[in-house]
Amino acid sequence: MNSLTKASGNFFTQDGKGTSPLRLIRNGLLTGLCISLSLLTLLPLFSIVMLVVKNGWPLMSPALFTELPPPPGLEGGGFANAIIGTVIMVGIALLLAIPLGILAAIHITEYAPESFLSKSVRMVAKLLNGIPSIICGVFAFAAIVMTMHGFSALAGGVALSILILPTILLTSEQALLAVPGTYREASLGLGATSFQTILRVVLPDALPAIMTGVMLAVARAAGETAPVLFTALFSANWIHSIMEPTASLPVLIYNFAALPFDYQVKMAWSASLILVTVVTLTNVLAQIFFRPKHR
Amino acid sequence: MGEKSITTRLGGPTNRPYRPRPDLFRVACFVSSALTIALLAFILGEILCKAWPAIAKFGLGFLSGVQWSPNREVFGVLPVLIGTAASSLLALLFALPLGLAIALFLSENFLPQPLRQFIRFMVELLASIPSVVYGLWGIFVVVPLVQQYGAVLADKLGFLPLFAGPAYGNSLLTASLVLALMVLPTITAISRNSLVAVPPTLREGAYALGATRWETILGVILPTAAPGIVASTILSFGRAMGETMAVAMLIGNSQRLSWSLLSPSNTLSALLANQFAEAEGIQISALMYAALVLVIMTLAVNIAGDAVLRRTQRSLVGLK
Repeated sequence: MNSLTKASGNFFTQDGKGTSPLRLIRNGLLTGLCISLSLLTLLPLFSIVMLVVKNGWPLMSPALFTELPPPPGLEGGGFANAIIGTVIMVGIALLLAIPLGILAAIHITEYAPESFLSKSVRMVAKLLNGIPSIICGVFAFAAIVMTMHGFSALAGGVALSILILPTILLTSEQALLAVPGTYREASLGLGATSFQTILRVVLPDALPAIMTGVMLAVARAAGETAPVLFTALFSANWIHSIMEPTASLPVLIYNFAALPFDYQVKMAWSASLILVTVVTLTNVLAQIFFRPKHR
Repeated sequence: MGEKSITTRLGGPTNRPYRPRPDLFRVACFVSSALTIALLAFILGEILCKAWPAIAKFGLGFLSGVQWSPNREVFGVLPVLIGTAASSLLALLFALPLGLAIALFLSENFLPQPLRQFIRFMVELLASIPSVVYGLWGIFVVVPLVQQYGAVLADKLGFLPLFAGPAYGNSLLTASLVLALMVLPTITAISRNSLVAVPPTLREGAYALGATRWETILGVILPTAAPGIVASTILSFGRAMGETMAVAMLIGNSQRLSWSLLSPSNTLSALLANQFAEAEGIQISALMYAALVLVIMTLAVNIAGDAVLRRTQRSLVGLK
């Protein structure tokens, strides 16, 4: 009886007076159920992490980062071209999305927070956030692959930029909103123009939080397959220009996972290990980067 | 004279009449905002435009057609639509109890704070794992499991259409199980937020009346947080519908209509992922049409979820 009341963990019914055993048993059972369901969820996560490390580690070698993938069925080599391809496409995405996202965020927080345009931008950003990642790929396919008659790293980068634009815009908006209004008033009061205020006072203060958004965007873009699957396609060779089909790590995993060759499957696991490590590290770094300044 | 030069140097008032110059930065910001909105319109317009030949040719029959054979230029997405809805709903069915349990676990004080922080971190980690890695893991872990236990299910419960054999490893069930894992962080995060937002006075009131912890949770806290949990479910549904890679790798990509959870199926996004790279002519158009259907469905679900969430936040204001 005593242990049951303890299990209920309820400060107000700790003495158990007036609470029938049946209710306490039910209480304890539900607590147990809740905790065990929560722990059950961690099982697949541990399984994923363990398998990725176990299957991905054996192949880890410098060759993986410096050589081209082997032809199907053969062994040796690496996926340096896929790593370079991913870096280039994420770079293109950032190049397009960072200016657009941050400038739009400045407009909707600093210049015209209540205007119809700003409200629409907020809504559109949310909608863009909600559209499936593969739609970014479909759009880039329609707008770039079909008009330029060929798969390219550029198309992949554009698809990824649409994917990360809402992340950058919305986190930048939050970052700018977190800058105390008194800073702006002080700056304007000293005679600074609104441009000077934004550039010298507001942006520097919001920069760490904006960087957090950018890093989250990088993590997201690096791991996404669907937008680059049929825009950048894949390539077994080095990249020569951004106008040709380009390999990327996620597509390599997708392609190699389905191959009947043991070595290629192992390479897919190694690529997964690299991808998961990079994405997780970027996410964790992003969290550390952002220390709320004003509380 | 000397005084004037000082004020000029400091950027102070001068004798020159004030001429407002166009603030180019402001213009750039304005243009960026407008571009963001134009982008969504451009995306929808571009897809609609490229889908138009198929829309003109197949009309609404596209949605009710059961055949998808590029060779004969017959395109219908009904089995795929059903597969999309079924896999997403099934995923929610698995994920909702688990997500709710974790959300409760994280918002109640069952275990000490550090342990809860750890579990929260783990669930967030679940969200950061790329979709394609889930697919790879699914191929080597979930597919064999479903094949093994699916055969038993089909053997024992095969008389029900839902579990009719033969049991495949790449099936609706496999995809739904992995999808459930992928939407879990969304459900957990939003449900937890709405549980935490329940005013403490309600909890204290319930305890004061002598309710046990779970009577309080089931009778007071969950009903108060219910709209938020509904919103999290709707938003997760939208996410599940759009999830591509893991599903494309696991669902078996079959356009055949079947009642069985153990048979291969297909979803809109998996269809796009599998066919776009090799599509030609009218098939591209048909795929664009399918993409348009997917966009409209996810946009509708997201707008609905967002509306519920905003209503929730407004209704809780009165309670505080």
